[in-house]
Amino acid sequence: MTSTATAPPETAPAPEPTPPARPARRHTPAWLVLPSLVLLVAALGYPVGWQVVTSFQHFGMMQQFGQPPEWVGLSNYATLVTDPELWVIVGRSIAFCIVCALSTVAIGLGLALLMGAVTRAGRLVLQVALLLAWAMPVVASMTVWTWIVNWRNGLLNWALERVGVDAQGHNWLVEPLSFLVVAAVIVVWMSVPFVALSIYAGLTQLSPEVLEAAEIDGAGGWKRLRHIILPLVAPVISIVLLLQLIWDLRVFTQIKLLQDAGGVANETHLLGTFIYQLGTGAGDFGMASAVSIVMLLLTVAISWYYVRSLMKEES
Amino acid sequence: MSRILGPARSRRSTRRSVLTVVAVLVALVWAFPVYWMLNSAFLDKVTLQSSTPTFLPFGGSLDNFATVFGDAGFVRALGISLAVTLVTVAAAIVIAFLGALAISRFRFRGRRSFILALLLIQMLPAEGLFIAQYKMMSSVGLLNNVLGLALLYTAAVVPFTVWMLRGFVAGVPVELEEAAMVDGLSRTKAFLRITFPLLAPGLVASGVYAFLQAWNEFTVALVVMTEEQSRTLPLWLRGFVQASATRETDWGQVMAASTVVAVPVIVFFLVVQGRMSNGLVGGAVKG
Repeated sequence: MTSTATAPPETAPAPEPTPPARPARRHTPAWLVLPSLVLLVAALGYPVGWQVVTSFQHFGMMQQFGQPPEWVGLSNYATLVTDPELWVIVGRSIAFCIVCALSTVAIGLGLALLMGAVTRAGRLVLQVALLLAWAMPVVASMTVWTWIVNWRNGLLNWALERVGVDAQGHNWLVEPLSFLVVAAVIVVWMSVPFVALSIYAGLTQLSPEVLEAAEIDGAGGWKRLRHIILPLVAPVISIVLLLQLIWDLRVFTQIKLLQDAGGVANETHLLGTFIYQLGTGAGDFGMASAVSIVMLLLTVAISWYYVRSLMKEES
Repeated sequence: MSRILGPARSRRSTRRSVLTVVAVLVALVWAFPVYWMLNSAFLDKVTLQSSTPTFLPFGGSLDNFATVFGDAGFVRALGISLAVTLVTVAAAIVIAFLGALAISRFRFRGRRSFILALLLIQMLPAEGLFIAQYKMMSSVGLLNNVLGLALLYTAAVVPFTVWMLRGFVAGVPVELEEAAMVDGLSRTKAFLRITFPLLAPGLVASGVYAFLQAWNEFTVALVVMTEEQSRTLPLWLRGFVQASATRETDWGQVMAASTVVAVPVIVFFLVVQGRMSNGLVGGAVKG
């Protein structure tokens, strides 16, 4: 990935066979691309490279104070692979990511179908509500949600009391499981609007004639959904599911802020907060780099299909 | 005929009304946290601490907002956020525009690799890079520096803005420019007079996208803006969340602060929303 990011245009293979070249100013495109290249190499390429190198070094507190780092080969990775804590965190991150992504897409699909089935006014109301939730800056959303789940006088405990659950003074953030459920609800709340509106945009592309014809032929609602609507919007659904998986794997802000609001940190870490804690808390840059590399590789692996489909669209 | 269609049609319209009610209920649930922020921003501490919540801001005041704007920490964070955002927006527009021009107007060796690199970089999580970015910034003395943070932000938004602008540049027919050149304008002049004005909406959309990213960003800022003096608005808001862990919080003030941070974003977001989701799923939607 570093090599593709930093490769100068001259050395790269695969000349484009498509549209005819414009009458040449041979160096113009190079000059146009140069600023982006320099910026990306400096701000992203260099850190990735540094991380690859550091992940093979022992780089701890002593190195922070100027001792030269020591080459340890694969020892950081070996430690990681044999460290049960990391496996717990990787497992927790992947489980959290899959649960959030699947619920988001399921709810988003439901809301998209709902938008297609209601009056114009109803649809407009729903769209505005979704846009509002989508537009909220993540930290502002987190302040509201921390207040809603706050144990002293938050709305959640009040509402639960009203329906007969003895929740007064209960702190949802001290239990790892309820902490993660709260985090998942917030993540899903934030992510559904993008998914619902994208799938709805896909639905509007379906021709009403096809659906009407199916109805006349006696296909009921469920059959139409299963055999006509879903196959036709499948490409959109797979793309948004993929994006959700990528985004939910890197979830950081929500977890960090809930931990700040009084949650237990050690048993609620996901990959992002774990790296943060390794790097800034424990000062162990070698291990933090190794975990980062693992996370980057996971992301690239999941993104590959998405990137390829965008590339196809490009050519 | 009408007797056959009649009942079906009325059944369908009942179903439609029921679903509309469901849709409105879902809308209320989804918008509720946003409403709750606005509502509480107008209420005072005593009202908010009572055991029964107040659902309507009657008898509210603007006091919380006055407190926020009178807070030296807020004013400083606002200044830093504005500076970082402005630099990011300006730099991202210029750099991304040049990049978009290259990939949509020229066929050159390495073009495909460049696009592939952009798309892959766009997917990279900040969380997988921030330790190295912290180390890099600290070694060149750019921790707690507005320009340093803006540099990282610009790099983070450029891949997507190039990708988004590429569509706009490609949408302006080359023939228009060529016609102007036949009429005696130089290539640069033809570009500035003909193509550039047509690109304005794309440039605005890219600028708004960069604005949203830089204004809202939390993760990278948390790592490289380590001093209290150099907090951006999201970091300043986080201070309230941290404080709520240990002591009774004046939530009205926190909600007013959040409202002040959120309102410009919501306004800009509504402007640019269509463009952004097109960039992300465009091909798949068009089928």
